Amino acid sequence: MTAVLRLERVTRVHGSGATEVTALHEVGFAAYAGELVAVMGPSGSGKSTLLTLAGGLDTPTSGVVRVEGTDLAALGQKGRAAMRRTSVGYVFQDFNLIPALTAVENVALPRELDGAGSRSARKDALAALEEVGIADLARRFPDEMSGGQQQRIAIARAIVGERRLILADEPTGALDSETGEDILRLIRSRCDAGAAGVLVTHEARHAAWADRVVFLRDGVVVDESGADGADVLLERSR
Amino acid sequence: MSVRNALLALLEQGPRYGYQLRAEFEDRTGGTWPLNVGQVYTTLSRLERDGLVEGRGTDGDGHVVYAVTTAGRDEVAAWFSSPVARTQPPREELAIKLALAVSVPGVEVGTVIQQQRTATMAALQDYTRLKRRATGSDPHELAWGLVLDSLVFTAEAEIRWLDHCEARLRRAAVERAVEPPPEPSSEPSPELVETTPTDVRRTR
Repeated sequence: MTAVLRLERVTRVHGSGATEVTALHEVGFAAYAGELVAVMGPSGSGKSTLLTLAGGLDTPTSGVVRVEGTDLAALGQKGRAAMRRTSVGYVFQDFNLIPALTAVENVALPRELDGAGSRSARKDALAALEEVGIADLARRFPDEMSGGQQQRIAIARAIVGERRLILADEPTGALDSETGEDILRLIRSRCDAGAAGVLVTHEARHAAWADRVVFLRDGVVVDESGADGADVLLERSR
Repeated sequence: MSVRNALLALLEQGPRYGYQLRAEFEDRTGGTWPLNVGQVYTTLSRLERDGLVEGRGTDGDGHVVYAVTTAGRDEVAAWFSSPVARTQPPREELAIKLALAVSVPGVEVGTVIQQQRTATMAALQDYTRLKRRATGSDPHELAWGLVLDSLVFTAEAEIRWLDHCEARLRRAAVERAVEPPPEPSSEPSPELVETTPTDVRRTR
């Protein structure tokens, strides 16, 4: 089985000389279809860097990032942007919705940018909103919704068009504990349905929704907990 | 004390016999704290001695049935209307272990912390898996869900405390590296000098 996301000996260094900071050092990491992996660590441990590299928003200093087998560096700027629109869904702590667009327009946007006709984009967007349980809010604007509802919209936008990799950066950070749990249930069920998910969080209670929890310290993976899939074991013994 | 009060509270719903009480207790708490039936009957006879329940003879199958008395009802009401007392903290093996790990030379404290964090995280993942199944809203399932949440929050608190310990140890290690050791001007105690800590190591 190929990993949906794979990082091979990835190093990311910011700055140079005296101000050089190694955010990640030779990190190996994989997320398989149907799996939710949590990445935990204090601020500065490199967990957000890992996510931005996985999403092609940043490029590693050395090492390879593959999404569904494709080396992101080989894709070039344009190719990576296309990949972000079609294969990868991003969920942020502060939702990042466009305030001037309604819920359904926000969700349809990546499909439209990818060249889907506006009718088919809208249809996909409604299906995604349905999946996250807020089809009835399709015509509302973000500022007319609660934080939990806005995050559901953001998740709908991250899964629209059958994307197979969901990257979530502290998606529950701004929500109360029960609403946060609903959001995790949604991400979890999307992974149970076959997507690969990576959840970056500093909250243990949220990381516990994952199949595996990877601990990062100073840019290095120090430990891992959770059920080991056979592939993970194989990878370790290599 | 909590078993005694829990049994009284269950008896408020109507007369019950020992096995029924045990089953209902475990149903509501998901078997997190198993009761043996001997314990249930011992507790019932103490409650009877204290006038909080009374025997109502045996049912058709020979089970001894108990009912709550007026004094028993008052006791239940008092239990629900008062907070659980915070007694002296129970001995906490993990806190004791870390306290010794930081103060005994040669222990890799970082490793002790990470080992525990991984183990506690695995437990937290197990509880969360159980939670994913328990989503009903009927009172019994809700009761079990709340017990699970209690286990979840306790495990989470332990991990947060471990994170905090790690951060403090790192800061202390950095401060020790930056500040030169104090001048041994005024009568240094020989033992103190000897045990100048070299024990905090990083996990890398």
